[in-house]
Amino acid sequence: MPVPILKQGPYLVASIQDALSDREVLELQENLLKQIGEVRASGIIVDVTAMDVIDSFASRSLRTVALTTRLRGAEMVIVGIQPDVAFAMVQFGLLMDDVNTALDLEEGLEFLDSWIAGRTFDDEE
Amino acid sequence: MQQDDVTLMQEPNTEDGNSCLPELVSHLRDSRTQLREEWAQRITDAQLLGAMSEEEIFSEVTSVFDKYVDTLETGSVESLQEYAEDLSERIIPRGVETHEVLGIVLLLRDVLARSLFQKYQEDFKLFNRVLDAYEPAANRIAVIVGVSFVHERERVIGQQQATIRELSTPVLQVRERLLALPIIGELDSQRAGQLTEQLLNAVRSNRARVVVIDITGVPAVDKNVANHLVQTVRACRLMGAAVLVTGLSSDIARTLVTLGVDLSMMDTVGDLQGGIEEAERLLGYEVRKAPIATPEAKG
Repeated sequence: MPVPILKQGPYLVASIQDALSDREVLELQENLLKQIGEVRASGIIVDVTAMDVIDSFASRSLRTVALTTRLRGAEMVIVGIQPDVAFAMVQFGLLMDDVNTALDLEEGLEFLDSWIAGRTFDDEE
Repeated sequence: MQQDDVTLMQEPNTEDGNSCLPELVSHLRDSRTQLREEWAQRITDAQLLGAMSEEEIFSEVTSVFDKYVDTLETGSVESLQEYAEDLSERIIPRGVETHEVLGIVLLLRDVLARSLFQKYQEDFKLFNRVLDAYEPAANRIAVIVGVSFVHERERVIGQQQATIRELSTPVLQVRERLLALPIIGELDSQRAGQLTEQLLNAVRSNRARVVVIDITGVPAVDKNVANHLVQTVRACRLMGAAVLVTGLSSDIARTLVTLGVDLSMMDTVGDLQGGIEEAERLLGYEVRKAPIATPEAKG
């Protein structure tokens, strides 16, 4: 089953419900990048709360989406990384230093709101 | 290893010796009152068990004596072992030391041996046979009691260590969404792992945005601990929480630089106070002094 991508205001929310195969990860990547242009979204939230494992392929793909999104003028945030998943990722050296992360969906929305607010502020200056 | 020792000691136990055991046991039972008094007296004389009163010593002496004779008779050590563990559990918290326990058991062995000597001194051959029966059993009992005591002690120590570890890594909520983790004491890899786990779970349950890790109380930091700290910081970031590390002493800071640990992604602040203030700023708090109501103002 493809990961559902919901439109929520100016943002896209992809909520991953299960462990993903490499194929599904690529599909998600493609769909997100496609939709960001279609709906003119200014932010993407990827919710990984339900994922028990985030392997190197998944984390690299998500990072690619994040960096690509940034090039298209929007911002992505990954939310809901669980404590043991977070530590495992760090131990395996899956670095996400240049990707935004937040605790949960609520935090992610707040982050994007303030990012947009910051952007308009910068523009006005 | 203990088992090997026991069998070695039993080797001189000939059939002749075995046949002497019942007689031996009944002699010890007959002189129970006198023997245990003598034993208690010798314990007091040797100034063992200073932590216990004389009545307590005497009642323990009585039950140990009975168990001892039972064990001699039946050769079954289970009930003695159980009793020894139970006894250890009771006396360890009162500060009874290993040498005292061993001393007491050996004293009992001596008291009983002497009484046997008195009884059989006429017939040296018979005395030898009695001793053949008595010595291995007595030594075995001494070993069992000593080992039980040490085991119990080790168990208590292990339990206390677990408690200390548990206590020594409290994750405290200072303000809403702000956690503080003061680390006190040496960090080994086991403790560091436990600490990270507790911290990450606390970040989730308190929905923390900023974490201040204070390492003022850590005496030394080596490469492993430094790397672990860096990993903890990264993992917190993945969960959306920023981390400030405070309380790096000049020695530790120098060590880290010398070791070449990559600390580029660690935000550090001088002390805990500075760390909390910085965290409050990040969270948008503004702390101001309220005007103090002086007595004049009230009047």
